[in-house]
Amino acid sequence: MTFTRRETLAIGLGGVAALALPLQAAAMVDDKIAAFTGGADVGEGGLTLTAPEIAENGNTVPVEVSAPGAVSILLLAAGNPNPDVCTFNFGPLAGAQAASTRIRLARTQEVVAVAKMADGSFVRAAQEVKVTIGGCGG
Amino acid sequence: MADNVKPRVKVPKSASAGEVITLKTLISHTMESGQRKNKAGEIIPRSIINRFTCDFNGQNVIDVTLEPAISTNPYFEFQSQVPEAGEFTFTWYDDDGSVYTETKAISVG
Amino acid sequence: MNKAIARGVGAVALSALSVTAVLADADDDQLVINGEIEIVTEAAAAAHLENLDTVYSGWRFRKDETQSAQADDFENPGFIFVETAMDSWNTVEGEAGKSCASCHGDPEDMAGAKPTYPKWNEKAGEVRSLEMQVNGCRTEQMQAEEWKYTGSDMTNMIALLSSVSRGMPVNVAIDGPAQATWEKGKEMYYTRYGQLELSCANCHEDNYGNMIRADHLSQGQINGFPAYRLKNTKLNTVHDRFKGCIRDTRAETFSPSSADLVALELYVMSRGNGLSVEGPSVRN
Repeated sequence: MTFTRRETLAIGLGGVAALALPLQAAAMVDDKIAAFTGGADVGEGGLTLTAPEIAENGNTVPVEVSAPGAVSILLLAAGNPNPDVCTFNFGPLAGAQAASTRIRLARTQEVVAVAKMADGSFVRAAQEVKVTIGGCGG
Repeated sequence: MADNVKPRVKVPKSASAGEVITLKTLISHTMESGQRKNKAGEIIPRSIINRFTCDFNGQNVIDVTLEPAISTNPYFEFQSQVPEAGEFTFTWYDDDGSVYTETKAISVG
Repeated sequence: MNKAIARGVGAVALSALSVTAVLADADDDQLVINGEIEIVTEAAAAAHLENLDTVYSGWRFRKDETQSAQADDFENPGFIFVETAMDSWNTVEGEAGKSCASCHGDPEDMAGAKPTYPKWNEKAGEVRSLEMQVNGCRTEQMQAEEWKYTGSDMTNMIALLSSVSRGMPVNVAIDGPAQATWEKGKEMYYTRYGQLELSCANCHEDNYGNMIRADHLSQGQINGFPAYRLKNTKLNTVHDRFKGCIRDTRAETFSPSSADLVALELYVMSRGNGLSVEGPSVRN
């Protein structure tokens, strides 16, 4: 089988397009984080993200975030069509800078949390959650 | 107002002054993501709860911005200080402009 | 490949399957709801179950996160619908000017009803599901419209009636006038349906504990219905679940509310005699 120059070019472009999809998702997450941090450096530690390693159903995945001393915590799902999940802003009466909720994950992916601390610094935590397909669909 | 929206909150009836308590909230809502299509292949428009707040005697405990990736029947669990006896106010804001409110009193003793 | 070798390979595949079954069996977790309602999720199989020694609730086949959502009524989204049914319970409807509460008092007074359904109804001369009984009440006592058999009003009410019986053992009668219906249900349970030629037993008796794609096959017990499924985030009825299962064998399925599915419900419920009523349960 031989390819014409034009076909080769088309295949090459297709490859770039296929590659661009995950890159695009990663770029979207980076953009969301940058919008949250205002471009500040993001460190590690002091933020705990708890999610199941394997979710029984991607429709309802329990997730907990905790960052003692945080002002707010941004939660993102890197592999969703839109990575935004929610932002927790803790008020003066918060008993702990922690919260749990249930989220939708379109497929196996990384869940990312970024906390803004009281001193204006930022920390990040992430965990991969495997999303399984159901049984026979019933 | 979306159909059958019913807020539920779980708050202890009493606490000691300064105690930190756990609050749980659940509201029945489809959280239509705007990603799904109907049988005719048309996109079903997004319709979600986009914000949830909890205040105690006028002071904020938590203020959450929700996106379509929050599951149907949004559930939140978080903690609050209880400096004195008073009332919790929970408020959910719907995309369609509806606002759902629930209040719960707590005694201190 | 000759037939002997093919058989040998088949035997190896089967023994591999049974090894998996041992490893992936029901877990050992125990369910106590709200810290007070003890749920029996494992029981000695009733004498009429020839092929099982022990019966397990579907709860035992779920992951910890799903299990814990059922351990607290607040975290169990099925209770949204139970609360909605509380409103229906007290709502006067129909020509007779009655609500459920007019005759039955509090929903808690109905504790003990759910574990015995489906049940022979002497006056009607048939085995009736709890849904049929509720509709009987609505049309005869309240002179109100019937509810759709698997509609939300009915399903919410069944969830309410189930919730007040949680912890009580399933105990449906299979003898006497109910026996013929039970025999019919049993025959259906072991009949292979559809293009895939699968019976209920092929998956839920022969292969529980194994994986079907990425899902952990349970015994198909129905003590936890109506079930709030994470998959569709609503309460699911027994008959809709049967319909879904039979459809997935690529068969023409039976209709919810049909005498066929009531018979199958009686038989499948009797397979769980001894397990606790759990509905509304949380499943995947």
